Amino acid sequence: MTEILILRSGFDFNGIYGFFDEFMPDSLDWLVFLITSLILAIVIINAVVLSTALLTWFERRLLGRFQSRLGPNRWGPFGLLQPIADLVSLLTKEDTIPEGADKPIFTLAPIVFLAPALIVFSVIPLHGGSFLGNLNVGLIFVIAITSINTLAVFMAGWSSLNKYAMFGAMRAVAMLISYEIPMGITVVAVALVAQTLGLSDVVLAQDIPYILVMPLAFLVFITAASAEMSRTPFDLIESDSELGAGYHTEYSGAKFALLQLTEFMAPIIVAALVTTLFLSGWRGYGPIPGPVWFVIKTFIVLFGFVWIRASWPRLRVDQIMGLAWKGLLPLSIINLFVVAIEVFIFNPGENGLSTTDLWIMTGVNWGVTIIAIFAIFNLLGQSKSERPVPVISPLANMYANTNTVKKITDLAEAE
Amino acid sequence: MSIPITGEKAAIRIKQNVPDSVVVFDDTNVWVEVDKLLDVCSFLKDDVELDMQFLNSISAVDYIEYFELVYHLRSLRNNTTLVIKAKCFGRENITVPSVTSVWKGAELQEREAWDLMGIKFSKHPNMKRILLWEGFPGHPLRKDFIR
Amino acid sequence: MPINTQPVTINLGPQHPSTHGVFRLRVTFDGEQVIDVEPVFGYLHRGTEKLAEERNYVQIVTLTDRLDYVAAMTNNLAYVRTVESLTGIEVPERGMYLRVISSELQRIASHLIATGFLLDELGAFHTPLIYCFRERERILEMFEMLCGARITVSYMRPGGVLQDAPTDFWPRLDDFLTSMPGYLDELEGLITENEVVLARTRDLGILSAQDAINASITGPVLRATGVQWDLRKAEPHEVYDRLDFDVPIGSVGDTFDRYYVRIQEIRQSLRMIQQCVAQIEPGPVRSKAPYFIRPDSVDAYVGTESPKGELGFYIVSDGGISPYRMHIRAPSFINLTVLRELLIGWKLADLIVIFGSLDIVVGEVDR
Repeated sequence: MTEILILRSGFDFNGIYGFFDEFMPDSLDWLVFLITSLILAIVIINAVVLSTALLTWFERRLLGRFQSRLGPNRWGPFGLLQPIADLVSLLTKEDTIPEGADKPIFTLAPIVFLAPALIVFSVIPLHGGSFLGNLNVGLIFVIAITSINTLAVFMAGWSSLNKYAMFGAMRAVAMLISYEIPMGITVVAVALVAQTLGLSDVVLAQDIPYILVMPLAFLVFITAASAEMSRTPFDLIESDSELGAGYHTEYSGAKFALLQLTEFMAPIIVAALVTTLFLSGWRGYGPIPGPVWFVIKTFIVLFGFVWIRASWPRLRVDQIMGLAWKGLLPLSIINLFVVAIEVFIFNPGENGLSTTDLWIMTGVNWGVTIIAIFAIFNLLGQSKSERPVPVISPLANMYANTNTVKKITDLAEAE
Repeated sequence: MSIPITGEKAAIRIKQNVPDSVVVFDDTNVWVEVDKLLDVCSFLKDDVELDMQFLNSISAVDYIEYFELVYHLRSLRNNTTLVIKAKCFGRENITVPSVTSVWKGAELQEREAWDLMGIKFSKHPNMKRILLWEGFPGHPLRKDFIR
Repeated sequence: MPINTQPVTINLGPQHPSTHGVFRLRVTFDGEQVIDVEPVFGYLHRGTEKLAEERNYVQIVTLTDRLDYVAAMTNNLAYVRTVESLTGIEVPERGMYLRVISSELQRIASHLIATGFLLDELGAFHTPLIYCFRERERILEMFEMLCGARITVSYMRPGGVLQDAPTDFWPRLDDFLTSMPGYLDELEGLITENEVVLARTRDLGILSAQDAINASITGPVLRATGVQWDLRKAEPHEVYDRLDFDVPIGSVGDTFDRYYVRIQEIRQSLRMIQQCVAQIEPGPVRSKAPYFIRPDSVDAYVGTESPKGELGFYIVSDGGISPYRMHIRAPSFINLTVLRELLIGWKLADLIVIFGSLDIVVGEVDR
């Protein structure tokens, strides 16, 4: 384990490990490791859960602004304590398990759903290194771990013995697996340009934020990611107007709270990933410290997610699959292809691509992005096709036997 | 303005084409034989002059001695209206030919008439209760219905 | 090896977010595809027609409020017109204008609800719905000024309307009329050209004009098929023959047309109200009509263009103070005739949207 974790200084694994290691005998190294891991785990879990609570408040207040209403504002200053009120409300509800449900799986599903979401945070670099450790295969780790929640959704839907839940679960499996592919291909392009798989190193390689270098990859990633976390316009897993609640129809009480927690955690994960991969992570300007930059960028991305949620209707299941396979997959492949050729031409050595190379790539990629998106919109878009001009059907004539037409002209003449 | 076709004009036209169907008529209404209802309706719909393509509503009225079915028809092309009525005598097991084959719009309204008034329509595709549940005692819009 | 699949039957409703009240659809799915639909309703049946037989003609006005509870004004209008046709009671000029103004306002409110909920069913997270409700709220406030009630208005009486509009009603109305077109442009900017809305609604649930007429469909659903039929033109009542307005129609008869016809109708309604405000003159709003009305005629049927379609009342009188029989031709109810044909073959998500585009109100379906 210690070999995988490339340790760095500061409030991370290495620092705490070193602090305890000083006054512990060498024979108790395993205990030091355990204590350090536990401290970090508790810190991360609490930080993540608290920020999720903050996000629920942020999202609801923001949606309120978008929808010209107030949002939660009663409990605490600006309604900041609303998440706690919600939590108390949820935890005091009866925890029901439907008769005929597969009880072990039904109980396990929320945990399987929550665990990967928390694990992902261990590799996201907030500053310099990451909290738990800088995994040198961070990108693959993230992609692998986040795929587990598909399984959890299916477990929840299957074990509930509810047709709506089953519908939601089936849709989830189909959709989430489809969107993994363009997402994965985009991440490969990022790894190619950064010449590394470690998340910290991706940030260090971003002398120019990759949103500028690879706008196409950014767009594909953000679309695929919002599908991965099933938010509008891809929220058909729990589409409230069709399925009621989707896979968590039968959940209540603490289990439901866990599911909701994870669901609200997903945007934070995605926003943090987007910040790391495309917005140059903690790197910023001026005296503001890195973690603050990171949080600011993350919340800008989250604001975008809320904005999309507030204004877009949902796509149908086949249209969502069509978008994944006909729209995003070609776009991501085009992106990978172009980036790969560029990297091949510039042939970076040990130090990676130079800033000049990145600027040239930026110019080329913007051109490719505009052409590719224009082409895909023309192929899949709706607003191009013209609708026929309305023709009055000969089956009815409401002016028969009436002198209305004459009267209107009379009025016009009188005026 | 929608012009109501006078009972006399409609009755003559119906008599010419569907013999022995008209019982009596007045200014606005034409009473037809229940047995000939389907023939009359399909004639009214297909007739070029009357052109009653549109079934406005089917109402059933309980007059104690008999039930009366009232068909409000409309021609969208000529902007005219016509009222056809049919009396069916008896209290139990009343069966009237369904006009769903002529106007699909009759489907739900005939079911409603069966549900609330207890008039059965033969050859209706789905003659079930519609607003009340199966097994509800009686038909509530009848005058002899006791709560 | 072939995969064994079997159809799944799901009860959508009676408690379901998208069934507009207590309405149940027993749907059989093959995967996501609808292979059979059976609407089951009656959960909200209150026996309005039976209740009407024991009330006098003025009391029934309050019953009609509860039919289509998002368009109470037009229900009132349809009912009182039938009573006036039965008895020959005249309505003073100002009363007719007030009727037209209030029922056109009601039409706007009802269409706003239809649009908002359609978008909600498309999955837009309540934003268009709340925008629509915000504007509807202003209409309801105006209704409160007219009669003291917001939803169940009971504003109309045989022979006119309950009372004249207060003086501060007119500035409110002017304010509404000036700001509403801009608001509609804003709403259309959010919806009409939206890529997802187009993808979801275009060519979805196409109803042909022939089928629509054969199935007695009325209202915006009929007009979306290209049939230009509006009782306000075909059978001009009140002062509609003095107003200049168009009857918008759709080109294909799909879900998008049903939505777009409603938006255009809102614009036409605004035009109508503007003309009414210009034409209205002071005078009495209600003619002398007895509280206990004893009609001379035997029966009368009058259809009125309500936001959902042709709302007709058939009243049979035996000369007493209450109707012998009152039958309601409810447009929401009859528009459901085509539901099965429209839904079969589409997916679950489309089912919700097509159903929503028919714009039914369960209070009117079940009566």
